Amino acid sequence: MPVKEKDIEFLEREKLEEIQLSRFKEVVKRVYKSSPFYKRVFKNEGISPDDIRSVGDIKFLPFTTKEDLRENFPFGFLTLPLNRIVRVHTSTGTTGKPKAIFFSKKDIDEAAKLVARCMKMTGARPGDVFQNMMSYGLFTGGLMFHYGAEKLGVLVIPAGAGNTEKQIELMKDFKTTILHITPSYALYLADVLEERGIDPKKELCLRIMYLGAEPYSQKTREKIESIYGVSAFNCYGLSEMNGPGVGFECPAKDGIHIWEDNYILEVVDPLTGRSLPEGEEGELVLTTINREAMPVLRYRTGDVAFIYSKECECGRTHRKISFIKGRTDDMFIVRGVNVFPSEVERILMNTPEVARNYQIVLEREKSLDVMKIRVEIKRRFFDGSLEHLKALEERIKSKIKSELMVTPRVELLEPGTLPRTTGKSRRVIDKRKL
Amino acid sequence: MQKKIKQVSVFARNEPGRIKKITEVLADENINIRAITIASGDDYGVVKLLVSDPLKACRALKKEGLSVALNEVIAVQMEDKPGGLCKILKIFTENKINIEDAYGFVIKSGEVAVLVINIANIEEGIKILSSQDVRLLTEEDLYRL
Repeated sequence: MPVKEKDIEFLEREKLEEIQLSRFKEVVKRVYKSSPFYKRVFKNEGISPDDIRSVGDIKFLPFTTKEDLRENFPFGFLTLPLNRIVRVHTSTGTTGKPKAIFFSKKDIDEAAKLVARCMKMTGARPGDVFQNMMSYGLFTGGLMFHYGAEKLGVLVIPAGAGNTEKQIELMKDFKTTILHITPSYALYLADVLEERGIDPKKELCLRIMYLGAEPYSQKTREKIESIYGVSAFNCYGLSEMNGPGVGFECPAKDGIHIWEDNYILEVVDPLTGRSLPEGEEGELVLTTINREAMPVLRYRTGDVAFIYSKECECGRTHRKISFIKGRTDDMFIVRGVNVFPSEVERILMNTPEVARNYQIVLEREKSLDVMKIRVEIKRRFFDGSLEHLKALEERIKSKIKSELMVTPRVELLEPGTLPRTTGKSRRVIDKRKL
Repeated sequence: MQKKIKQVSVFARNEPGRIKKITEVLADENINIRAITIASGDDYGVVKLLVSDPLKACRALKKEGLSVALNEVIAVQMEDKPGGLCKILKIFTENKINIEDAYGFVIKSGEVAVLVINIANIEEGIKILSSQDVRLLTEEDLYRL
């Protein structure tokens, strides 16, 4: 018997696990039959769908990595024909090709339902005015949240990212009560409001904020809550798993509930891949069990966190994870955008004027992230013209912006300026504080 | 006669000590600096020098690992008095020549000043200036005057 949406959050663990198992079996059958990638993998590993008898059997399945997504780009994971697909989102990859995630009509609807569930959990109701300050477009953060908010029935202002003056005007005109925003932009916006002499507590109607797309600390959350006079919630998601709504904080604000009717949650040792018990920090591994167009099994998210072992005081039975503590790879996030240093390197090394040495410096200026790329220029390309150097700087800047969706600051350097390093990670200097 | 002058340009980070480093190298090689100017961006700039031996200067600076380029510019002699520069610029304006970069310095106070200019078409510039009552300086002139 299907469980009603309103009951699912508090469903007894046993029943929740029954749903998990039946959906898990279903999805394994599905990919075994129709996904070109998993068909191959299952055959190589000698696994048949009949081998799955419990959710715990998931540990016999191989992991899926971001390299798998890239190598099978764009259609290698699909279990539906293209005429059943209604949307694609992409996120940046590590070596040029993005990762593409496809959705059927039902997938979009299920993803929206999860976002609506998250919003409802935090107290959002029809009558609220929701201003979505995340980028729309290929990035899932904007559109998926938008669909979820409409599903819940709040008034949605699809403001998108940036354009601070307009954002303030919209908040005032429509008496916005809820924001979806990156924590760094929330702090920047607070500075601008202060400069304009606008007290957000008195002159705006905000009561709830969803802070996502960037890692941050409890302290930052508290700071934002006190500036705006709101209750702020951490949302967790990644494009490969639908985007926002994978997990969310409840009013207890102690950990992020992962919706286990839609995902199987594991934490593994990033080196050995061994499953770790609750309470132990490791890499989050997620499996979609309610997505039809493109199921992904045991996806190595690269996010480091641990699973809470104790039940939540709110009574929800879906287990919680901690705030994201870091990454297992060298990916970093600038203004809500995921960036892999290898991508920056690829673009730089395809620029003939650039020598081998470069450095990525991440700083925070007026609460906003700045990615500064310092590159050494080959001697023979210097022709004495400052204009040509400036033009080169612009060229590097716009290339990075168009490929990685972050506008960097570019500093050209004489050869031999930067310290010679061996490891890739030391090329990234993160001066930001969480 | 060679009417073009060689200018040494050096790519330098915008931080204390960079220009000192350049002048140190030149001093060690016994090269005299006639003029220096800096075109500056935010983080870096280009130091432009007129020196007694541009080729030697170039070699010495390169040996120190600096990014160096030799460019050609025109040096025009002016009278060091009011209107001296204006007279030269009038010629450029009348001939619709756009100056991309320029700087000036005095050689003999009250008598001789020099305007160093960079334009897109140097040959054409030299032709026009030569047809006027203007003296273009050679590299030897710069140090003889």
